Amino acid sequence: MRQIIPVLLTLILGLALLLVVAEMPPFGDPDNPAHNIVSERYLSQGVSETGAQNIVTAIITDYRAYDTLGEVTVLFAAIAAVLTVLNRLRLGVICPEDRERGIEDEDAGDPDSKDSC
Amino acid sequence: MQEILILKIVVRFVIPFIQVYGFYVITAGHLSPGGGFAGGTIVAASMVLYALTFDAHQGLEKLSHERASIFESLGAIWYVGLGFLGVLVGGNFLTNGQIGIPLGTPGQLISGGLIPLLSFGIGIKVAVTVVSLYYSLVEED
Repeated sequence: MRQIIPVLLTLILGLALLLVVAEMPPFGDPDNPAHNIVSERYLSQGVSETGAQNIVTAIITDYRAYDTLGEVTVLFAAIAAVLTVLNRLRLGVICPEDRERGIEDEDAGDPDSKDSC
Repeated sequence: MQEILILKIVVRFVIPFIQVYGFYVITAGHLSPGGGFAGGTIVAASMVLYALTFDAHQGLEKLSHERASIFESLGAIWYVGLGFLGVLVGGNFLTNGQIGIPLGTPGQLISGGLIPLLSFGIGIKVAVTVVSLYYSLVEED
């Protein structure tokens, strides 16, 4: 019985997703909703407005440069968070309660590490 | 670590080519497929290859955490600063052609206004991010 419920759930979800896919517009159709005035403008005016031959670069660093700024910020925040966590582990600046929860530390015997807790 | 002579010599020979290709992908991002993200990852791959073949500590000597954080911040500040160039001239944030920056002839290496400069900033940022992520994950002590 326990195995039947996940299988049923998966089948129902898969059926729903397949129905959604069946409703999607056909690939490459000129009447698709994505082929609106925006993409037409990018393709026809992109080279003269940005001076870049590669339309993908023209979009991500000119038309959508603000979006790319967001991506750069996400990268910055991600690496800052990772380095913060890993440096805390490496320097031994971590509380004993955390260590008991499974975070192993080579500097466990370091007396300096217990000052911060 | 075991001394693997062939691997070390081959890697020492290959790394400059990988880095030149990575910088080519960054600088020609407005002409051919590529750009800051792809090229930065290629440059980072060369440095990860160095650290894999030799030692993570030897890699850290080339790019310490302090230097990496400086490059990270410089990449982001470079991007935002180029964005504020448009505000200073009187246009919108991160505009390129509308504020009168010469766009050059499409197809030339120096063309596209701010696009190669922005790609350069993204490339440095992505390369240093990937490399310092790798170093901090493999570093044990």
